[in-house]
Amino acid sequence: MRTRSRRGRTAGGALPLAAGAALLFLHVPLFFIVLYAFSSEDKSFVFPPPGLTTRWFAVAWSRPDIWEAITLSLQVAAVSTALALVLGTLAAAAVWRSRFFGREAVSLLLILPIALPGIITGISLRSAFSLGGIPFSFWTIVLAHATFCIVVVYNNVIARFRRTSGALIEASMDLGADGFQTFRHVVLPNIATSLLAGGMLAFALSFDEVIVTTFTAGQQSTLPIWMLTELVRPRQRPVTNVVAVFVILVTLVPILLAFYLTRDTHEVAGSGK
Amino acid sequence: MNPVAPSTLPVGPEASRSPLHRLSTVLYLRPTLLLMLLLGPPLLWLGVIYLGALAALLVQSFFYIDDYSGVVVRRLSLATYGELLTAANLDIVVRTTVMASAVTVAAALLAFPLAYFMVRRASLRLKAILYLGVVLPLWSSYLVRVYSWKLILAKEGIVTWLAERLGLGWLLEAVLALPGVGGPSLSTAYLGTFLVFLYMWLPFMVLPIVAALERVPRSLLEASADLGARPAQTFRRVIAPLVVPGVVAGSIFTFSLTLGDYIIPGIIGGSQPFIGQAVYQHQGTAGNIPLAAALTVVPIAIMAVYLTMARRLGAFEAL
Amino acid sequence: MAPALPAAVRFSGVSRSFGDVRAIDRVSFDVADGEFFALLGPSGSGKTTCLRLIAGFEQPDAGTIEIYGESVAGVPPYERNVNTVFQDYALFPHMTVAENVEYGLMIRKVPPAERRRRAGEMLEMVKLAGLGDRRPIQLSGGQRQRVALARALINRPRVLLLDEPLGALDLKLREQMQVELKGLQRQVGITFIYVTHDQGEALSMSDRLIVFDHGRIEQIGPPAEIYERPATTFVAGFVGVSNVVDAELARRLTGTAQAFSIRPERIRLVEDAAPIGDGALSAKGVIVAAVYLGAATRYTVQLAAGGQLLVLEQSGGEAGPARATGEPARLTWLRRHHQPLR
Repeated sequence: MRTRSRRGRTAGGALPLAAGAALLFLHVPLFFIVLYAFSSEDKSFVFPPPGLTTRWFAVAWSRPDIWEAITLSLQVAAVSTALALVLGTLAAAAVWRSRFFGREAVSLLLILPIALPGIITGISLRSAFSLGGIPFSFWTIVLAHATFCIVVVYNNVIARFRRTSGALIEASMDLGADGFQTFRHVVLPNIATSLLAGGMLAFALSFDEVIVTTFTAGQQSTLPIWMLTELVRPRQRPVTNVVAVFVILVTLVPILLAFYLTRDTHEVAGSGK
Repeated sequence: MNPVAPSTLPVGPEASRSPLHRLSTVLYLRPTLLLMLLLGPPLLWLGVIYLGALAALLVQSFFYIDDYSGVVVRRLSLATYGELLTAANLDIVVRTTVMASAVTVAAALLAFPLAYFMVRRASLRLKAILYLGVVLPLWSSYLVRVYSWKLILAKEGIVTWLAERLGLGWLLEAVLALPGVGGPSLSTAYLGTFLVFLYMWLPFMVLPIVAALERVPRSLLEASADLGARPAQTFRRVIAPLVVPGVVAGSIFTFSLTLGDYIIPGIIGGSQPFIGQAVYQHQGTAGNIPLAAALTVVPIAIMAVYLTMARRLGAFEAL
Repeated sequence: MAPALPAAVRFSGVSRSFGDVRAIDRVSFDVADGEFFALLGPSGSGKTTCLRLIAGFEQPDAGTIEIYGESVAGVPPYERNVNTVFQDYALFPHMTVAENVEYGLMIRKVPPAERRRRAGEMLEMVKLAGLGDRRPIQLSGGQRQRVALARALINRPRVLLLDEPLGALDLKLREQMQVELKGLQRQVGITFIYVTHDQGEALSMSDRLIVFDHGRIEQIGPPAEIYERPATTFVAGFVGVSNVVDAELARRLTGTAQAFSIRPERIRLVEDAAPIGDGALSAKGVIVAAVYLGAATRYTVQLAAGGQLLVLEQSGGEAGPARATGEPARLTWLRRHHQPLR
């Protein structure tokens, strides 16, 4: 049994210290990424870095393989997010509106792609694709990404639905609007922020995903795959760091925005991979 | 003219005859049809693509590879599962499980003070900031976070530098010399792998413990003090039992995530593979999908057992 | 001579169940054009279900519903010329007050200038002129209620449905709104169908009302008739306070074993020696409780013949109840004030 049996005033200083240590442990590593993006030494990770320079940013800018990877990642993320938005909203609407047999099963099914370890999802999809003779391409990546992004959108949208009164839909119909008009004028404006939040989270998730992607990509490299290759066989290390800084920004900003948009829901729906 | 005198029109204007409108009425009067239309696409997608793939994988684990031709024989047999029981494969499983357990224990020890501080000692504003601070790394790029440790643990990197500056160089050498967990550098030692796993999954342990602690009503603690218990006793008898479900819930994540990961041990750590890496190797050039599938079943089975135990301990309510 | 209008709403043998529960059971009634009609009953009695059937949010399992002579089977809510004021107002939170009120017109593609004009007129009618640019969240409960009313009425429905619209308001505001709603209905002349569980509301506002219990109609009629001549034990007990005398006690008091109810205010406490006129009955007993209500006092009298009767006596101007617990009492009442019960 894990216990801490020292309490009271004597432990008053130990607790914040331990808490602070844990927090530092969580955040300090990322600072080093930023630091090393400016290191003038590109053959090793020597500390302290012998000099600081910004030339790696220009180098990264001019490398075509990086641009290809970024473009592919952006395209995959965009299409996967679009698919996830549609499918996730449909599922959320269905679950919210009706009480049907197997409702819990549906929730479980939606969360499975993200709950099971990535390697399982990855290898299943890969073997299914090769069994079906489907060549690995952009679309196999998108297929995989959309599958685990659905639940992220679903969680956000259904949380918003649950706080919407069903009477609003009845009122709209009562006033002469049919189902489609009601969706356009009443439902959509109400769930707009959750769609945005879910979409951004899905985008960030897809942009960053590496495990399933390595299984379902063909010859292409998304940015994470590029980075993985660099990690195993580094070329110019600071360039990798520059890219890493870029990735931090691209994934962090949408998440912060999504957090801000859903802050009144008391939960960042979909948090925790 | 009375603005509210009822109009003689029984219904709305001609827009009511458009096909979209009529479709809406059909769906309105047939809620089951509407449900099927809403639920159909996502269920079909997930059912066919995802469940189908999982099923295919499971079926493949019952095939086996012919030793001579190297081709997958599509007949059901337990031969591949039998192969799991060889020393080499068992070694892999044990290694992975031990690592998962170590990470879980360490994560709990590290997470608990932070969670306790957040719930019981921090002001509301500080708590919100800390909460954000815990969740943010979760959503930062996975690879970038792993990469950051490669820099830190590199032989020429900051840890070595720090150790030397603090005069603890000898300690670092001693640790690296330990059998099993040590290695030429932290970046190629299982100790390093352990640190990275701990770093990656720590937020997953903090959040459920925070949730569990929040569920302990202040009145319980006051009642305990009122009945004469010293703080240490209150902790042991009142707080700890109520927090255990939260710890178990967090451990589900740390355990399962470690079991399935193949990237982290590949970047940081020794040369002996973990389950994830073995799976990757087998399905790759070796083409031994049945063995890869069977190996994948192992963490699933372990987690299934773990989850049933966790359910008994009430962890599901803490999720 | 103008032909008589068909009934605004006609239910014929309508039933609706939810799972095993029979929400309404073979219900038939007519609502006349231009009436203020109330559906009264406790929770779960089926009154709200009736309203939703008229609005079109539910379809009946059996029976037919006609609105001004036309069957509305299979007609969705957006094609019925009926509008609803919801219990929690259901104002669209992402729209301003004016946009809420204009919603029905917007859907019908009425041009913006005219929409705005008519919305302005409606807001004036419900005494909310000038508040068009506010959001519902900035309004008080009473104001939201008026917006809901304006939003419904602007569409010129033939029937207006109100689902316990005053439930969320405090007492003073509720009473004020009751008067205003009644006045509004007279002014616009359309049929109002009003659901409530508050019998005081139903009695004071409606031209006719139905008392529901467990999905069945207990009684239909004008308020005075419901109150003075309750047809069943349930109505007698639900509408106002009443004495319910069972057959056995009735036999001992009157000689006939016919159960009846009688309102407490119809019974008087008299002196032992007072004469009893023709058509009057009397009984002796002891006062066991005296509840001072200010304008009146309600006595519970334990009868020598068994059972209890409640007597409501207006205050005579002295401080406190005129009689005390434990005193012997003699009651008298007129036979014609009996309400026979089934």
